[in-house]
Parts: sequence; structure tokens; C-alpha cells
Amino acid sequence: MDSPSSKSNQASILLRLWRNQEHRSTIIQIFTIVIMLVFLGMIVRNVDTNMRTIGKEFSFDFLNSPAGYDITFQPFISYSPTDTHTRAGIVGLLNTFLVAISGIIIATILGFTLGILRLSNNWLVSRIVYVFLEFTRNVPILLHILFVYGIFVYTFPVPKKAISISDTVFFSNRGVYTPAPVFEEGFKYVFISILIAILIIFFFIRWSRKVQDTTGKIYPVFYISIAILIGLPLVIFFSAGSPISIEIPALKGFNFKGGTSIKPEYIALTFALSYYTACFIAEIVRGGILAISKGQTEAAHGLGMRPNRTLQLIVIPQALRVIIPPLCSQYLNLTKNSSLAIAIGYMDVVATIGGISLMQTGKEMETMIIVLLIYLCISLFISAFMNWFNRKMALEDR
Amino acid sequence: MRALLKSALALIAVGALVLPVSAGTLEDVKSRGELRCVVSTGIAGFAYPDESGNWKGFDIDFCRATAAAVLGDASKMKAVTSTGKTRFTKLNSGEGDVLWRNTTITFSRDVGIKLTFVGVNYYDGQGFMVNKSLGVNSAKELDGASVCIQTGTTTELNLADFFRANNMKYEAVTIEKNSEARALYMSGRCDIYTTDASGLAATRSTFPNPNDHKILPEIISKEPLGPATRQGDDQWADIIRWVYNATVTAEELGVNSSNVDSMRNSNNPEILRLLGVEDNQGQELGLNRDWAYQIIKQVGNYGEIFERNIGTNTPIGLARGLNDLWTRGGLQYSPPFR
Repeated sequence: MDSPSSKSNQASILLRLWRNQEHRSTIIQIFTIVIMLVFLGMIVRNVDTNMRTIGKEFSFDFLNSPAGYDITFQPFISYSPTDTHTRAGIVGLLNTFLVAISGIIIATILGFTLGILRLSNNWLVSRIVYVFLEFTRNVPILLHILFVYGIFVYTFPVPKKAISISDTVFFSNRGVYTPAPVFEEGFKYVFISILIAILIIFFFIRWSRKVQDTTGKIYPVFYISIAILIGLPLVIFFSAGSPISIEIPALKGFNFKGGTSIKPEYIALTFALSYYTACFIAEIVRGGILAISKGQTEAAHGLGMRPNRTLQLIVIPQALRVIIPPLCSQYLNLTKNSSLAIAIGYMDVVATIGGISLMQTGKEMETMIIVLLIYLCISLFISAFMNWFNRKMALEDR
Repeated sequence: MRALLKSALALIAVGALVLPVSAGTLEDVKSRGELRCVVSTGIAGFAYPDESGNWKGFDIDFCRATAAAVLGDASKMKAVTSTGKTRFTKLNSGEGDVLWRNTTITFSRDVGIKLTFVGVNYYDGQGFMVNKSLGVNSAKELDGASVCIQTGTTTELNLADFFRANNMKYEAVTIEKNSEARALYMSGRCDIYTTDASGLAATRSTFPNPNDHKILPEIISKEPLGPATRQGDDQWADIIRWVYNATVTAEELGVNSSNVDSMRNSNNPEILRLLGVEDNQGQELGLNRDWAYQIIKQVGNYGEIFERNIGTNTPIGLARGLNDLWTRGGLQYSPPFR
């Protein structure tokens, strides 16, 4: 049994804990975590009760049943309606990767170009780029996607009236049809020669750097590398008797058959995502370059470096340190924005497992959790890669 | 500390808002004074906003009929639009009270998605529409064609089945909304547009030159379209079922919106039961005695609803066909009011 004195003793202990700043902050943190957990628990419980009320079961079994629907764009793995929902999801995931990777590459090239042009001394060039950047950045991405897709579908003719370039490449509103290479037996030698060329270039770069360090002589490394990369496989290709044949697309019935086709949905989505993101990258690049003080350039010039090498060796490496962290978030944005694909019917992961599979099976909760986790994983992976790259580029303490 | 307390309270308040859906839809609707129907984002003749923004159409009229029965006023309804993909989620999450949105009844939707389907207010089937200039006369000639379809529909699965069964290939262009699919078909991105035959007729009526397009003779599926409610609320499902039955029975008995007042003095006991003059069947449903009278007075019987929105005198121009009364060779048949 508690005596009055022990009660007041307990109270004073609590008060003392509270008055200690370190303990107080711990108490507040514990309190906050408890509230967060309670809130989370409420949501989970709510979902659980609601699903129980309408008699729904939480399970991922549906993933192994046949999907039943078709996916038009499946460039990597084959898929038919008899395949499972899992496979449909993977086809969608690969399509997401395709858009994200090609989008990131194009956006980077375009973004750096625009960023440098924006700094151009030529008034007209910098103004044109400025207007383009401001217009693009201030219109929502969904409108860009619909706009580009609309232009594509309405300006290009139907397949029967397709624009052709000497009857080998065709432009129609069903896509761009190009001849496809058919690799024959001897092509493996060409492939091996490409690998050898890359190896030679690698050693050549190391060797030329050593020469530069010891003698100061500079080789035109870039041009020589390109010459090796193209020259060697070309020589092998012809000496192996051109082991490649070309399949030319031809109009048969409703559509073109044969060759390679690039679908308008893919073109529109990739193009819109790249130029939209490129505008943000351009501003980041501009900021990065402007952040390097003019004294650096002047000092390099003072040492007798040419403008090209000044940019390459002095400005860009320092600018990159400023550029990389925000660049990373632009890559993340591009990848996440690719989920707008459904608006124009590009079958990405949201359209397949998070769209049609959701509808046909009625498993909203399960499919959405899958899609959420997939995007989380992709984003974390990109972040990790960019963090690694950033550390590599960061200023070393000397 | 005060800020922390405040944010904690805010969190709890948000949590309280996410309460479970209550079981009694009827009480919810009555206390709200407004019926919320999940309808499509716009299909001419079935559910579409007119020039002044009022929702009209076949599905909307059934929604109005429900509002007339439950609340006594057909105008006390609100259209909750949804795409094919979100419709069931909107119903199950309680955003809408009932689904009047040409939705095909299937096993997986009834059993898997946990809906209660209460009747078929339109018997439909999937068809194909092509431009006449293509010279196609049968769906069997469509090998290699590009097909525009709306995602989240039974159409998608039927299409895959049909082409597989006939050993043909096709390119599916999957789009989320009817309006976008229509635009793509018009641009020539697709050779064919496929959906329920009623939807094809409705879409064709909105084209600049409807006669340039034809609907192929093959109907490749059964698409019984009907209203749905959340599973587990039997009283509410009963109400929706008998709202629909009342419109069909009224047509069968020759009761329409212009003669319903004089029909209250009819000698036919079934009419008197339907209109609540003799029995009080409304009370058993949890509704007013004159619920069916209000439906017919304010909205009309099945035939009136059909002819007004999608019948032969409208731009949609659909014949009654399967949707005629059973007494005239159709499938519309209501159990007796007894």
C-alpha cells in the first residue's frame, strides 16, 4: 500500500526527469514515436476491418493465375494472355526501365547542352533557350506528354499513306518502322572485335596519361579512341564477308510487318519526359557553372591552358560537385513521372500490374503495395548510385 | 510542447476521419439527403453532362429513379464520375452509394470484387466499329489490325480471347477513357474501336460523319449491364433491385409518367399494389408508401427511360431488341409485386 510520502516521492522523480533537458528530449521522442505507431496502427486496423466488412481477403495468390489481357509493347520478353499476372508485371517493369533509362540518357545530354547554351554570349541563342526553358518548366508534365502524343498521332499519316525514306524507313502514326538487322553466323567475330577495341582503348588511355605525366606530350586521345572503336570492327566485318542482312518493313494488310517498329506511345513518353527534365537539368548545370568563380578560369588561362581544356579540367570537375546532388533528384523525378504512361496507353508497370491486373482481380491493396515497393526500390537504387558517384566526385580533403 | 500536442491531436483527428464504411447505406443516404451514384466519365446517351452541366442519360435516369424512391425527389442525386478502373474502388470505399454505370456482371466481379449485382437493366454484347473505307465486312478479317480499347473492362479480356480463338494477331492500344479512345480511333491510330455495341452506337453518334463508320455484325460476348451495390447490405441491394423492377413492371402494366395519377384509381390490383394505394410495400423496403409512384411520376417507366435517352428517335438510335419486354420477345422481365 502506497503511503502519501512515497506518492509525492514518485511525482518528484518524474518532475526531476522532466527538468533534465536530456531526459526531457528522450521523453518527447518516445511520446512522438508512440503517437506515430498508434496512428499507423489505426490505419492498418481500419483497412483490415473495412476489407473484412466487405469480405475481402488479403492475399497475393492472384499473381500466379493467368492474366488474360494483352500487352502491345513487349520488346524484351515474350508475353501472351495465358501468362501470369507476375509476368505481365515484369513486362510492365521492363517497359518502365526502358523509358526511365533512355529518358535519363537523353535528358542528361539535352540538359547539359541547353544549360551551356543558356550561358552563351550570343544574345539570340541564350534568349531562345531561355524562352524554351521557361515555357517548358511551367507547364505540367502530363500536358507535355499528351501534347507530344497528340502531335505525333495527328500529324503523321496512317500506315497506308506513310512517309517513306527510299522505301526502307517509314513514318506513320502507328510508329516509326526501320529495317532490322538480322545477325548471321559470322557476326560473333565482329562482336568480339568490339570488345577487343574497348580493351585497346582502355590501355591506350592509361598509356597516354603516363606519357603526358612524364613528357608533357598530349595525344588527341578522343579521336584516336573513336577511330579504334569504329575502325577495328569495320575491318573484321568486311573480312568476315558482311555477316549481316537487313529485313525491310513492308505494308501487309492493316500494318507494317517485319523490321523494327518504335511505337508512338514510347516515342511520345520518352521525348516529353526527356525534354521536360532536361529543362530542370539545364538550370542546374547553369547554376553549377556559374558557381565556379571567374578567377579559376582566369588563372587557368594565365597558366596558358586553352579554353577547351580549361572547361574540361578546371570548370567541369568543380561544377559537377555542385551539379550531382540536384541532378540525382531530377533522375528520380523522371523515373517517377514515367508512371504517367497510362495516360497515353504505354504499358508500364502502373498500367499492367497496377492497372489492368488491379481491375481484373479487384486486388487494389495488394497491387498498389507491389507498385509502391517497386518504385521505392528503383528510387533507392538510383539514389544509392548517385551518392556513390557523388562521393567519387566530391572534394578530397588534402 | 504545445505544438507537439497540437500535431498529435491533428493526427488523431485525421485518423478519426478514416472510419470504416457503415453498413446501413439507406440511413446514410436519408440523413445526407442526397444519393451518390457512381457513373461513367461520359458516354453519350448513358451518362453525360448536357450544355448546362446537368447529368443526363439512361444510367442517370435510373439514378434519379433511385433518388425519387429513397428521398422522394429525383433531383436529389449526385453523379460521382469514375473511369473503368476506379469504379469498384469508389463504390467499395463508400464514395458512391450505388453503381449505375453500364457495368458488365461477371463471376469475378460478383464473387472476387465482392459486389452485389441486383439485375440487368441493359443486355449488351461487345462489337467492333471500323471505318467503311477499310472495306472490312467481318470481324474475322481483322488479322494484324490495331485495336483501341478502354482499360479496366471486360472488353480487354474478350478481345484477347476472340483473337486467340480465331488465330489472329492484333495490336492493342489501351486507353483509360472513352473520350481518348474515340480521339485515337478518329486520328487513325487504330483501325478498330471495340466496346459494348451500345457504347459503339453512342460513340458513333458523336462523330462528325457517323455514316462513314460501321459496326460489324459479330457480337463476340455477352455483356449484361446492371447496377451494383456493396456486398453485405441486403436492404440496400433490395431497394436497388426493386427500383429497377418497378420501372419494368410499370411498363408492362402500361403505367407511365403521364397516366400514373389516373392509374391510382385503376381496377387492377397489381397496379394498386405497385403504386402503394392498397398495400404498403414501401414500408417493408424502408421507404415511403408511394416510392414507386414517385419513380414513375418523376422519371418514368423502363420504356420511357429507354426511348428518351437511347431509343430509335435519339441520335444513338438503338432498337429495343433484347431489351424489349418479355411479352414482346425481349428479355426484360420483372418478378411480380406481390
